[in-house]
Amino acid sequence: MIPMLYYLILSSLLFSISLAGIFLNRKNILILLMSIEIMFLSINFNFIIFGNFLVDLTGQIFVFFILTVVAAESAIGLALIVVLYRNKQSINVDDIGKLKG
Amino acid sequence: MEIELYVFFLFSFALIFSALRVITVNNPVKAAIYLVFCFFFSAILWLLLNAEFLSIILILVYVGAVMVLFLFVVMMLDINLAKIQEGFVNYFPVGLIVFFVMAVLLIFFLSDQFSNMDKNIIQEITLIGSNNTKNLGYLLYTEFILAFEIAGIILLLGIIAAITLTHKKNILTKYQNPSEQVKATKSDRLKVIKDEGQKQ
Repeated sequence: MIPMLYYLILSSLLFSISLAGIFLNRKNILILLMSIEIMFLSINFNFIIFGNFLVDLTGQIFVFFILTVVAAESAIGLALIVVLYRNKQSINVDDIGKLKG
Repeated sequence: MEIELYVFFLFSFALIFSALRVITVNNPVKAAIYLVFCFFFSAILWLLLNAEFLSIILILVYVGAVMVLFLFVVMMLDINLAKIQEGFVNYFPVGLIVFFVMAVLLIFFLSDQFSNMDKNIIQEITLIGSNNTKNLGYLLYTEFILAFEIAGIILLLGIIAAITLTHKKNILTKYQNPSEQVKATKSDRLKVIKDEGQKQ
């Protein structure tokens, strides 16, 4: 039997790591996207844990929808990175303002 | 100590380690590989929580599709690594402070709220059977059918947005421009020249 607190601490540690990753890799937009993926992973952990705690499958349904939305979001984000690289030859976050449509 | 607890500790430490490597490694390809490890370990932990369908989905959709997309983009771009890493040392203390403040606050709050929950959270949730996939499918097609259709539309939106952003217009392709055709007048196409040679 694994206490619920262990899982909650694991997901909060994952969330803090990804938040620190957003601060650390301010220049590299690829790692920023990966940090956001880890953040979504920790949120999904919380949904499954509390769904199990309340004996309700709605938490898992919600994780399913989050996975769908995150897949679409990362596809669009990567497309934006490709457009940025094609125009500016860099993926620096500071250059994103120069895209202009 | 049961075997479940050993498995949990092993894979949660591996998960934390690979998440730390994702944000500190300087090569984006390595970061993507460590992110794959992250998803794999969390899929195993979700199996422990009796979410079998979601753990398989995480491996098939995430490791199989989204991470391959990430790797494609990383390999397509020729990135100057030295220029990208330049702010890392400056931001390191800020990142460390953010990590500790967030982690300490969350763990303090959670251990205050959920420390004496002696309920076993690893339990089977039964709705129409003991099959996790069957239960999820039942809920998805009855109670959450509208949300399910909206999710399909969001995926279509993602496809359309990604294609329109990255698609290059091919110059060699011949195509008609209807508005140009309508705008054309007689003077655009026909030029009347006086024949000078006839006079002499």
